[in-house]
Amino acid sequence: MIDQNELNAQMPTGFQDFWHSFRQNKGALIGTWIILIFILIAMLASLLAPHDPTKIFEGKYLVPPFWQDGSSSEFILGTDDLGRDLLSRLIYGARISVGVGFLVTVFSLIAGTLIGLLAGYRGGRTDTIIMRVMDILMALPSILLAIVVVAILGTGLFNAVVAVSIIKIPSFVRLVRASVIVEKQKDYVVASKTFGASGFRQAFINIFPNILAPLIVQSTLAFSDGILDIAALGFLGLGAQPPLPEWGTMLVSAKNFFQSASYIVTLPGVCILIVVLGFNLLGDGLRDALDPRLKK
Amino acid sequence: MIRYSLKKLALLAITFLGLSIVAFSLIRMVPGDPVLMMLGERGASPESYAEMKATLGLDQPYIKQFGLFIWHAVHGDLGNSIVSNQSVVREFFDRFPATLELSVVALLFAMMVGLPLGIIAAIKRNTFFDYAFMGVSLVGYSMPIFWWGLILILVASVNVFDLPFFGWTPVSGRISPMFEIDSVTGFLFIDVWFSKDSWAAFWDALKHVLLPAIAMGTIPLAVIARMTRSSLLEVLGEDYIRTAKAKGLSTRRVIMVHALRNAMIPIVTVIGLSFGMVIKGAILTETIFSWPGIGRWLVNSVTSLDYPVIQGGVLLIGMAIVVVNLIVDLAYLWIDPKLRDAHDRSK
Repeated sequence: MIDQNELNAQMPTGFQDFWHSFRQNKGALIGTWIILIFILIAMLASLLAPHDPTKIFEGKYLVPPFWQDGSSSEFILGTDDLGRDLLSRLIYGARISVGVGFLVTVFSLIAGTLIGLLAGYRGGRTDTIIMRVMDILMALPSILLAIVVVAILGTGLFNAVVAVSIIKIPSFVRLVRASVIVEKQKDYVVASKTFGASGFRQAFINIFPNILAPLIVQSTLAFSDGILDIAALGFLGLGAQPPLPEWGTMLVSAKNFFQSASYIVTLPGVCILIVVLGFNLLGDGLRDALDPRLKK
Repeated sequence: MIRYSLKKLALLAITFLGLSIVAFSLIRMVPGDPVLMMLGERGASPESYAEMKATLGLDQPYIKQFGLFIWHAVHGDLGNSIVSNQSVVREFFDRFPATLELSVVALLFAMMVGLPLGIIAAIKRNTFFDYAFMGVSLVGYSMPIFWWGLILILVASVNVFDLPFFGWTPVSGRISPMFEIDSVTGFLFIDVWFSKDSWAAFWDALKHVLLPAIAMGTIPLAVIARMTRSSLLEVLGEDYIRTAKAKGLSTRRVIMVHALRNAMIPIVTVIGLSFGMVIKGAILTETIFSWPGIGRWLVNSVTSLDYPVIQGGVLLIGMAIVVVNLIVDLAYLWIDPKLRDAHDRSK
């Protein structure tokens, strides 16, 4: 007879299993590094930035970056049309982008999970009504819905965060609901029910921990989507307002100078691209590592 | 098949109702008084206020207002724009062809590049091509397209790097003003043939659509390439592919005839769903390239707080996307006989 404990000791734990496949995915590791570096920059912005991001240096308009003639060692990446240090603005921009990405993810994750648990666990008419509403929200392109919400709430960074969070809710609801419906029929939930577990206990303590894997993947994607959508709203003039150094908003004023000073357009966009790419790499890697169906 | 279509049509009606509720509630959630907004600050004497309120039907109970809104909407009346005082439906259909034309070109670009990338990556799995193409796709997928559009203008139109063969793409608009094109269908690529100097006008319109289409098509391209690769890889592992190979068929025939047809179903889904993505792209792309379509129209209406336009625009765009999704659904049945049989049998 094989001792059950011995067998358990030989089996890799869930985390070991996950880490084994995650570590082999080079893209995921690169993504993790990109994100860690940007989070570090965001946290240490006040130490790293050489200047105040909103400080205007009189007479130092459109100073070119170090690789062009006429650059200044004071402004490594040059200055924008109002004479503000571009490097400092980009560094503080990391703080805003990582921050809004985090807020969007947390808001939509919490709201989406609660609604999804409710729809999936209750079923019946509650489920039908919730899912019809979600279908309608999903029928509209996300940025259009965000624009509409901003039209109601008014422009500004926080309102943009609320708008983008709302449009991210349906994807979480659908995911959670689908997982709950599968879990609900499993033996452990049924057994718990016969012991008289309350609906609350079933939903949060029994079912929720078992649907974490797909939620983590979805959260990474919501993070990158959130950063992109907030930047897009900023670019349309409906998100963060100047002089806030938000990367999308920085492109608006830069647009008019991009023939003479292309770097003030190029650099904020490159930052957005790299961060979003980092999250997408991580999301891909997590999905491959967490989804048992994709394992060979 | 027919019953399935009817069921889908019923769902369409429900979605229409839902979208109407969203659009209807929207204008009532806005802080401020729509009547005052329409009259302007000065023209608001108590009499004209009451008159305007009655004209707009805002003195009625909500449920009746909603009924009237639906009644008018199904009769093709979504009110007038505050800014231009033109019918919202008319304004929409004046601009929709421009957006649709751009979207179609963008999707064609996405398919023409995305499908081959995905197919090659799947055939040459785990080689340099696979990694390179999928890397490019992931970058494309992460692209902030409002920025990408600016970079395209910078490199291709302004030609900052002085590259040969570049610098001939126009920066904005649909066609040069020197061509006088009568709007027959609203689609420029059709309308040019009704004007004189057709070929020159066609070429000019093509030059104009190129950059916005690339900007808009980039994300769908990436999605299509990734989906094509994974879908094809899955099919290539099936037994019938091994049989086809064992029969001595050429690799080309096995891939193009046997594998692709079955790999197409998820790809078609993705292409259909890209339409929503493309509309999202349109809002940003049209702003950058001053493209006279519904994306720019809507953004402007938000900036000028033109609520009837926002309300009607949301409803119409939502419906357009739902209808396209329906067409995609029906296209499945046509592509996949297995699905068709299943539906006929179960109903």
